[in-house]
Amino acid sequence: MTVTERQQLSYIAAQAADARVNLEIETEGMTLNIGPQHPATHGTLRIVAKLDGEQVVAAEPVMGYMHRGYEKLAEVRTYPQVTTLINRIDWLGSFANEVPFILAAERLMEVEAPPRAQWIRTILFELSRIANITLFLGDMAVQVGAITPVFFAFRDREHVLNQIEAATGGRFHPNFDRIGGLKDDLPAGWVAETRGAMRKIRAFCDEIEELVEGNEIFQARTRGIGVIPPGVGLSYGLTGANIRASGVDWDVRRDSPCGLVHDQVDWKVWTHPDGDSFARFWVRLQETREATKIVDQLLDGIPSGPIMAKVPVIIKVPAGEAYVETENPLGVMGYYVVSKGDLNPFRVKIRSASFSNVSITPWLLRGVYVPDIITILGSLYFILGDIDR
Amino acid sequence: MSRLSSTDTAGPSTEAPDAPDSPGMAADAEAGALLERARDALGDALVGSHISAGELWLRVESESWADLAAWLRDEEGFGFFSFLSAIDWMPSPFGRDMDSAVDNTLDQPEPKEAPPTETGVSGGDTRFQLLARVGDVATGRSVIAKADLPTDDLRAPSWVAVYPGADWHEREAWEMFGIDFDGHPGLRHIYLPGEFEGHPLRKDYPLLARRVKPWPGLVDVELMPETDDGGDDGEGAAP
Repeated sequence: MTVTERQQLSYIAAQAADARVNLEIETEGMTLNIGPQHPATHGTLRIVAKLDGEQVVAAEPVMGYMHRGYEKLAEVRTYPQVTTLINRIDWLGSFANEVPFILAAERLMEVEAPPRAQWIRTILFELSRIANITLFLGDMAVQVGAITPVFFAFRDREHVLNQIEAATGGRFHPNFDRIGGLKDDLPAGWVAETRGAMRKIRAFCDEIEELVEGNEIFQARTRGIGVIPPGVGLSYGLTGANIRASGVDWDVRRDSPCGLVHDQVDWKVWTHPDGDSFARFWVRLQETREATKIVDQLLDGIPSGPIMAKVPVIIKVPAGEAYVETENPLGVMGYYVVSKGDLNPFRVKIRSASFSNVSITPWLLRGVYVPDIITILGSLYFILGDIDR
Repeated sequence: MSRLSSTDTAGPSTEAPDAPDSPGMAADAEAGALLERARDALGDALVGSHISAGELWLRVESESWADLAAWLRDEEGFGFFSFLSAIDWMPSPFGRDMDSAVDNTLDQPEPKEAPPTETGVSGGDTRFQLLARVGDVATGRSVIAKADLPTDDLRAPSWVAVYPGADWHEREAWEMFGIDFDGHPGLRHIYLPGEFEGHPLRKDYPLLARRVKPWPGLVDVELMPETDDGGDDGEGAAP
């Protein structure tokens, strides 16, 4: 046995001894509280994560820090007053919150908004989607440590918010949708300005694509992380871009249109087969582009005519039940409205997208590493107001 | 209303899709076919149904609540879980809590004559009714499920084993209505603090904000400051 061989053997023996020692050391479980205040949570959501080393054994989201009880409050308000409340559910795309509720009330009243109102509704609906998802595109980069894109996002979201403000008077809470139509017509020059804003948003999407999507670190942190199989996602009630990123080709705007005019224009539903954090980011990026195309086409063809249907001044909704859902920025949002023929709804069940989207986290976060919790939560993209209601 | 009537019973009589102005006759026919299959599969457990605007309501006995979910998912392919909640059909003893003069003065005895309890589409026998919705994303069909709960024993089989997404929704229904779900892995508060008492979405739970301060509260009667120099300050003075 030569010296080098003996050295090698002793080295191997030492390695084996080390390995045995490592086995004997028990790694104790540790509980880590993430939040309630954390930049990744878009509000106040607490994640109680039980860790084994760097890996999550069990994760339990704790919410309710912002529960406002809208379902109870809606029962003591008249139908037009309810839109003021539900504006605040998903505050980044507030106009989109009003639409399904108004459509449900219209279905019960058997009223239909005039074509012009439907087109403008759809345009504002898509503008809220752009305003909402723009922020996500910037924010997703923050979750992996890149600060710059979020400033671009705030900068370019402003163009869309300005258009929403010019049309409705409110940047975040328009409260503009009415049973039977809209509060007001569009201001002069709005169409041309909106076209300009859409061009800027498309440029922003290109910028994000260059800055973030192809970035090596971003890809390493998101590819293959937080994979959701389509069947599991559906059984948890995942909707919107989250489920389309798992390859489910389903979009309420296309598959069960109701009251909005998405079927009048040419557009495409984007899906991605992977189901990971990157896919969710990628689908949202494409959807933002697609939304600008929808808006552009709709701007071309706004029909003339009245903005309100004939609706009584004091709105009493006939007795009945209706469920209407739309494809909101965060996913499918629906309202189950029970009316007894009064001024106020008897019961409003709000099916908000984020509540179901986040309910998958205990399943999804099991076994992931701690830094990935943040990217997974970021990629699921929820607004706390939409969870807590 | 017409949408409350005609198809509200699930007797052996054949269903005739009503409402000639309904948006999708084909969807209504498809829902009718599904209703027939539900009758075959669930038998007497199916106690009510309703079809309107292509949407199918099924009302079952509370013991068959989980069987309905299993049938919908395994036999009919409704893989998408939309929501689960409940409805309290009791008319609110507090009135509408809306106009302070009528409903909400302190000297007025609280319960006025209560209007009779009415239940909505597909009928109902008891005060509390479970409400859930599932869908099939491939075909765009959906079913709204209902089940009456006996008032003295608010309990139903859990859906969590069939649709894992029902977990949080059942916790919410437990918290807001006080409904127990057998087989749920852990019924605990989801929105409200752990020591909270009462079930806020029940109709007999008062909305405390309206008790404390009658609606519409103090109406601001302060006059707007008068503008003495004609136009307001500078900008926007153009017609």
